Amino acid sequence: MDNQQFRVCPDTGLKFFRSAEALMKANAVAAVVFLLVGGIYGLGVGLTRWPAVHLLQADQFYLALTAHGINVLLFWCIFFEIAVLYFCSSVLLGCRLAAPKVAWAGFALMLIGALMNNYVVLQGNASVMFTSYAPMEAPPLFYLSLILFAVGALFGCFVFFGTLVIAKNEKTYEGSVPLVTFGAITAAIIAVFTIVSGAIILIPTLAWSVGLISHIDSLMYRLVWWAFGHSSQQINIAAQIAVWYAIASIVFGAKPMSEKVSRMAFLLYILFLQLASAHHLLVDPGVSSEFKMFNTSYAMYLAVMASMIHGLTVPGSIEAAQRAHGFNSGFFEWLRKAPWGNPTFSGMFISLIGFGFLGGITGVVMGAEQINIIVHNTLYVPGHFHATVVLGTTLAFMAFTYWLVPILFRRELIMKGLASWQPYLFGLGMSGVALFMMGAGTLGVPRRHYDISFSGTGGIVHEFPAAANTLMALNGLSVLLAVIGGASFCIIIVGSLLFGKKLGENEKCSVSMITAPPAEEAYEGIGKGPITVPGTLVLAMIFFVSFAVYYFINWKYLAETWGIG
Amino acid sequence: MTSLSPPANKLWWNEPIEKTELLWISLVFVWGLVMTFMMPFWHITGDQNLSTETYRTTPEAFLAKAQKMVDKYTVRKDGPRQTPVVKPPAGSDVYLVARLWDWWPSLELQKGQSYRFHLSSMDWQHGFSLQPANINIQVLPDYEHVVQFTPNKTGEYSVICNEYCGIGHHLMIGKIYVVD
Ligand code: HEM
Ligand SMILES: [Cu+2]
Ligand SMILES: [Cu+2]
Repeated sequence: MDNQQFRVCPDTGLKFFRSAEALMKANAVAAVVFLLVGGIYGLGVGLTRWPAVHLLQADQFYLALTAHGINVLLFWCIFFEIAVLYFCSSVLLGCRLAAPKVAWAGFALMLIGALMNNYVVLQGNASVMFTSYAPMEAPPLFYLSLILFAVGALFGCFVFFGTLVIAKNEKTYEGSVPLVTFGAITAAIIAVFTIVSGAIILIPTLAWSVGLISHIDSLMYRLVWWAFGHSSQQINIAAQIAVWYAIASIVFGAKPMSEKVSRMAFLLYILFLQLASAHHLLVDPGVSSEFKMFNTSYAMYLAVMASMIHGLTVPGSIEAAQRAHGFNSGFFEWLRKAPWGNPTFSGMFISLIGFGFLGGITGVVMGAEQINIIVHNTLYVPGHFHATVVLGTTLAFMAFTYWLVPILFRRELIMKGLASWQPYLFGLGMSGVALFMMGAGTLGVPRRHYDISFSGTGGIVHEFPAAANTLMALNGLSVLLAVIGGASFCIIIVGSLLFGKKLGENEKCSVSMITAPPAEEAYEGIGKGPITVPGTLVLAMIFFVSFAVYYFINWKYLAETWGIG
Repeated sequence: MTSLSPPANKLWWNEPIEKTELLWISLVFVWGLVMTFMMPFWHITGDQNLSTETYRTTPEAFLAKAQKMVDKYTVRKDGPRQTPVVKPPAGSDVYLVARLWDWWPSLELQKGQSYRFHLSSMDWQHGFSLQPANINIQVLPDYEHVVQFTPNKTGEYSVICNEYCGIGHHLMIGKIYVVD
């Protein structure tokens, strides 16, 4: 093969194909830019919901909330995921990228869609939130922009699959694909399902907004929209977990505890996660209880099981590797001696804990058919998903980016001191945002609401418990902390790309970028007796007990309200 | 070998599973069964199970039914919007209209009595959010959702909207009074 086509990374030994490299860079940079844009809107939204500050006007608030949701949830996450897909195929399998031209076309479509969407929303008459629930209507360009973006992402998925085929045919690897690639395949398969659902709902909606269709049924819209909206979150989860495994291998040389279990768990996502979308319709009219229960339990708990398996095996693989590296004493030496100053590790670990304890538990609890009654559309919901998609996905992607910048862009990171603090700042701020919003939601405070003091109603007011205002103020402070953390990330990354010390093609980074795996023999006899990863087991048990206690507390809350039949 | 490289053992599916993993998977599986069981269990023993009784309707038809109820049972007018306060008989059908941007009419209910609430929207989607009882139900146009409520405490309750419904969303508020 032509040597001009790829370079071998001096730090990691990975093969980078030129065709994939430029695309990964473009997608990652676009991702960070949209995170920045969305983060600024998030600041505006957060400061408005702080009762004492109440920054924006109502129309600006709803505009900012729409723009915030779309820029971060769609554009940041999906641009980054496309970069992850190319990494997991071309780089990990050491293979050229299939059809780079198609990939560039996909990138262009996504970029046009994203820019167009921001333009339309900024015009002010498309403040319909990212859910754009019919029959509330946005201008046609709003739906068109999302369709363009989705089609672009679909191109990216096809390039990914094509690359897998090329790698297989050209025998660039032996045996099965790596676990991380397997996770990426999971994400890409779910992405295709997601985008098809998106097309099924957005194309008729576009036709309706230009007058070709006279009526869109609101319930049908919600059903199909959430087949799209829910599974899009599974792309995030699958990608984020692939990144966890990747970071565990990069930082510790970890290997999966057992390939079978981890791969089965990914497979469960594909089989069951999309079905769970009815947990968005638990208090909708016209949806039967049987369907709701089937859809949340049969479908959801098996997918939940998958996440809980990864939640064990990711730290478990780290623990085993650390013990094999010699940190074998006690329950937690492996964790204490972990590189807490390395943002790639700390970001990943905070992502893991935050996702599990704050995001995972609360998601399952409010997904119980009846409990949803005391949660639906309160601030509890955004509280929950800032723990999943921000603390979980976003922080995992940030952690990965710290590693990618030197490897992919051949630049040293700037402001390494700030970088080592950044995951803590962002993690703490975002945990606050998640917890305080959930707290306020438990007191009934609505989501997407400009003014919970009801000052504009001419005197018809509702007084929330005093604690609600306190929680909203604490949320405001956490928003500030999270924004400082988020801004630090953007500054460090963009700054490093522009001003970081350039590394020659064969020049090594100043710090070690990958840890060699421990020898196979070193794994023998680690842990305590038959349990190789006792520390992880303890953490898992703490998690389990928290989960069970919190679950039943919520049934108790529910039992205290009015009779509902 | 790491998670970044192909499995060292090509026949990885024959490898034994770690004990810790097996233990955890069993525990999590049983927990899933417990959670699955809780929902039907609550349907049988719990007092909070959202009915799924739903009818197709139109804004005009629904408003007409609400108007009839208002004409018959209004006891006073309330607040700056002079909203009628309706006191329907215990056990009766109660129509609550969601529209841009209010809940209409206000209601007076008796503690411990059950009422068949009919919820529907005249326009966009809304979110029935009864505070501080914290009961939240999606309200859609063209669907009439019938839900039975049994207030268990007296006092002044607010119905706020928690589904974003445009620029007046935060102005949308109604009242329910529960008396002995
Ligand atoms: C510093 C960063 C961030 C801050 C301060 C922040 C803050 C907020 C706040 C205060 C809300 C409003 C809740 C409401 O009124 O209903 C919100 C909504 C939301 N946020 Fe964030 N957020 C941040 C980052 C993110 C990220 C990274 C994501 C996704 C990856 C995200 C996804 C969302 C979504 C989807 C909504 C809901 C929008 C809607 O209801 O339509 N946020 N955020
Ligand atoms: Cu409303
Ligand atoms: Cu509303």
